[in-house]
Amino acid sequence: MKEKLTSLWQKLFGDPVRAFGVVSLVFLLSLAIAPAKNYFSEWRHYQHSYLRMIRNRSDANTLQRHFQGGIHQIWLPELGVVDRCTSCHVGLKEASLTDVATQPFRKHPVVPHKLDEFGCVVCHRGQGAATTVAEAHNSTLAWEQPILPAKYIESSCGQCHRGPMLGTPQLNQGRALLKREGCVHCHTIKLPDGSPIQPNDDPPSLEHIADKTTREWIYAWLRDPQSYAASATMPNFKLSDDDARDVSAFLMANSAPLAGDRAKITAKPASDPSAGPSLYGESFCASCHSVQNAAGNLVGGDVGPELTRIGSKVKPEWLQAWLRNPRSYDPGTAMPHYRLNDGQVATLSGFLLAKTDSDLLANVHLDPATPEQIAHGKRLVSDYGCASCHEIAGIKKPENFAPELTRIGSKPITQLIFLPGMQHTLPEYIAGKIKQPRAFSPGLKMPQYTLAPAQIDALTTALLSFNERSFTLPPSLAVPGVPESDYQPAGKAGKLMSDLACFSCHRISGHGGDMAPDLTWEGSSVQREWLVQFFKNPGTLRPALIRRMPRFNLTDGEITELTDYIMTVYQNPAVDRDSMPLSGYPQGQVELGRQLFYGKYSCQGCHIVDTKTDKGYIGPTLTHVGSRLTAAWMYQWMKNPQALRPGTIEPNRAMSDEDARALTAFLMSQKGGAKQEIAKK
Amino acid sequence: MIRYGSAVSAFVLTVLAASCSHKGESAILPKPTAFGAAVVESSGGKQLAQTGSLLPQPVVVQVNDEQGAAVTGALVEFAAAPGVGFDPPDGLTDSSGQVTTNVSLAGMAGRYQITAFTFDKSHKRLELKLEEIALGYQETLGRRLNDQYCDRCHNSESTVERVSNYDNLEVKPHPFTEGDTLNKISNTDLTAIITNGGPALQKSALMPAWGNTLSKTDIQALIAYIRAVSDPPSRSAGPTYARR
Ligand code: HEC
Repeated sequence: MKEKLTSLWQKLFGDPVRAFGVVSLVFLLSLAIAPAKNYFSEWRHYQHSYLRMIRNRSDANTLQRHFQGGIHQIWLPELGVVDRCTSCHVGLKEASLTDVATQPFRKHPVVPHKLDEFGCVVCHRGQGAATTVAEAHNSTLAWEQPILPAKYIESSCGQCHRGPMLGTPQLNQGRALLKREGCVHCHTIKLPDGSPIQPNDDPPSLEHIADKTTREWIYAWLRDPQSYAASATMPNFKLSDDDARDVSAFLMANSAPLAGDRAKITAKPASDPSAGPSLYGESFCASCHSVQNAAGNLVGGDVGPELTRIGSKVKPEWLQAWLRNPRSYDPGTAMPHYRLNDGQVATLSGFLLAKTDSDLLANVHLDPATPEQIAHGKRLVSDYGCASCHEIAGIKKPENFAPELTRIGSKPITQLIFLPGMQHTLPEYIAGKIKQPRAFSPGLKMPQYTLAPAQIDALTTALLSFNERSFTLPPSLAVPGVPESDYQPAGKAGKLMSDLACFSCHRISGHGGDMAPDLTWEGSSVQREWLVQFFKNPGTLRPALIRRMPRFNLTDGEITELTDYIMTVYQNPAVDRDSMPLSGYPQGQVELGRQLFYGKYSCQGCHIVDTKTDKGYIGPTLTHVGSRLTAAWMYQWMKNPQALRPGTIEPNRAMSDEDARALTAFLMSQKGGAKQEIAKK
Repeated sequence: MIRYGSAVSAFVLTVLAASCSHKGESAILPKPTAFGAAVVESSGGKQLAQTGSLLPQPVVVQVNDEQGAAVTGALVEFAAAPGVGFDPPDGLTDSSGQVTTNVSLAGMAGRYQITAFTFDKSHKRLELKLEEIALGYQETLGRRLNDQYCDRCHNSESTVERVSNYDNLEVKPHPFTEGDTLNKISNTDLTAIITNGGPALQKSALMPAWGNTLSKTDIQALIAYIRAVSDPPSRSAGPTYARR
């Protein structure tokens, strides 16, 4: 063996000339490695296939002219982008290549941003500087980012755009769920401006829970909240029988009776069995509360809790006190103080208490609690962080109970522990954690949520948007959302408005719900007398609406208080209420308005003026509009509805002054005559 | 030399692709206990989803025998273009002859053909083809705008939350899925009627002008949506992604 090697050495290097030749050859070959690698590179292959593909197209010449060989690069220093993706994705900007099915050659779909301004990885993640498919798309090393799956792409919009947008429904939904499902009670998420996301699920205080319900119900609820109400927000903590027994024991023992008016109602419920359902209907309880129907579907709103089995939950005295004035039990509740009389309270509570489910508590038998059980229950309540959501006497809200998620969207994969069989990517990890948190370790405290797959995708999308880039991007790129204002009306009227919970449905100056019309400029828009009548007997203006304004049994004094406040404070500076008369328009102008209404603008497509001929169903009925709105408001509305109520779907028709004036004249002449005619017949 | 290089890399890619697809096929299929004569759609065709996302409803197909009666225990497999996910990818028909699968579409906007297939007694392959539509950013924006501004006139279906206004209109608009009509209207004309209202195309003024309410981008997005959902497909709908 040794001899053979020596003779080979002799053959190659024995003679200096030959040795020189051999060494040069080796050098030459090693020098050739780099260009050869270049020749065989993937991107070159893709550019050749691209050229072959466009050769047969009718626009081959144009495409050929646009084509440039070699490595392409988009360099955006302030975004930290060095993207070479366009070396293979050659046709991204070619308008005609929308019909190409083979990747990487299809034109990029239309998005609001330019490739040259944002590059690729800002939205898609991946390794921009890489020049092979595997490195660019799949690298999962700690400091690298694999390509973001398409279903989470909206998370990238969320890096800069902090508020909801029409084109990103999944991101919007995910962000809303973080508040609505209460995730942010336990997990702090700070936005780049430093403000933490606030929950809006409003979990009840447990300080007086023994007034409200029984220990048996608490036990059943703790075991499985969704068996009481499929729509329940509270997740399942998977407590054992013993743990649920002890927690319920502690909560009952820890509850203090609420001081205040607990006088029992002596009034009898109405004898007519339909009185309960009709009072429930007239009060529009279903705008906020849902009930399961016979087919198992939830019918109603989701502002308040589901009431399908309410009779198995609440104590009758508590329910009656709550209906009489919910604010005496929970000063911050979204439920209005309806001012029901005792008879109505008796009728409504009787109707609700009949909504029971005999199976719910059938198998719950609890012996009286022992001091050890109560003490153990208290420990569990601390361990599971119940006070992160609920007020519980003697237990402080824990700080940072669960890991902060402020930068979860760029958490390095090396810091994650995956389940067997799981893809090792951050989105998979996040989705897996939301779907089955306890699968990662039985000792984990995160509870089990009941979420649809689409909701898990939405939450994952929102969480991925909280990443490093959202903190480091140039501030000029950040598009802040509109912060919820903390507007509160002042004085006596303000007190009355919070008592009636107007803001649960109406929005005023950026604060409040979106179920009912925005009232920011209500004082400019309506006539005083109409408003007074509306408070006394609210009807609906929109035939197709199922949610309506309830009647609150207001006193005349209260109505005056509210009306005065609205008429003076909710004034739009651009609408001078007294600049146009409420009636007395020349007949010619009214007639011109009628023609415009039915002809040029065809308003009857959405509105009803004459109940005999018009059927439009989208906008408010206008049969009485001349006694409801002010002429000045109507005129400005014709000119530019969005200026008065941003986001209204009434199209802006850019009307001339003359058209707007004529339509105002016509509409102001609609003072409810048609209805009287019907009544006469 | 260049040709040689590309030939080599093409070879490498082919080998890679072959080894990948081999991995995919190694899953064990359940053994059918019965065979049908036809596979038909029960529900789930023609749905819309955002690119990469789950279809809102599962796809349900049914296997029938020669008499049209449901067959239990027949094997149905699902296939589509790469990137389309099926959960589960195959299954035996249940007691009502059906197999249900949740489908997530791939990352490119466009139409996806989904094939459900089974075999009859003589091992002949029976196929059912369904089409699903993946919406990209622009089409998604268009869809939301349509929901907000257009749908209640252009869609005759009512729900409890949104009562349709279609029946109240003296001149009936077309649903945007009606390709036979909408495919004949050019992009320019669509832009004109949406921007300036019905009279722009000598049509009814019941179609309002939206040009002062919606931006040009919004109107383009609406047109992209109209093109994406039309049935039969419009020419500008792009390719249909099918199993290779
Ligand atoms: C008030 C009801 C209404 C609304 C809202 C409405 N349309 Fe229309 N639209 C119509 C009517 C009616 C026609 C039919 C006109 C004709 O055939 O004379 C029409 C016609 C059209 C046409 C021509 C094709 C057809 O259906 O005949 C297009 C395109 C169109 N509308 C788009 C839109 C878009 C986009 C929106 C939302 C921004 C919208 N429409 C909102 C009523 C409406």
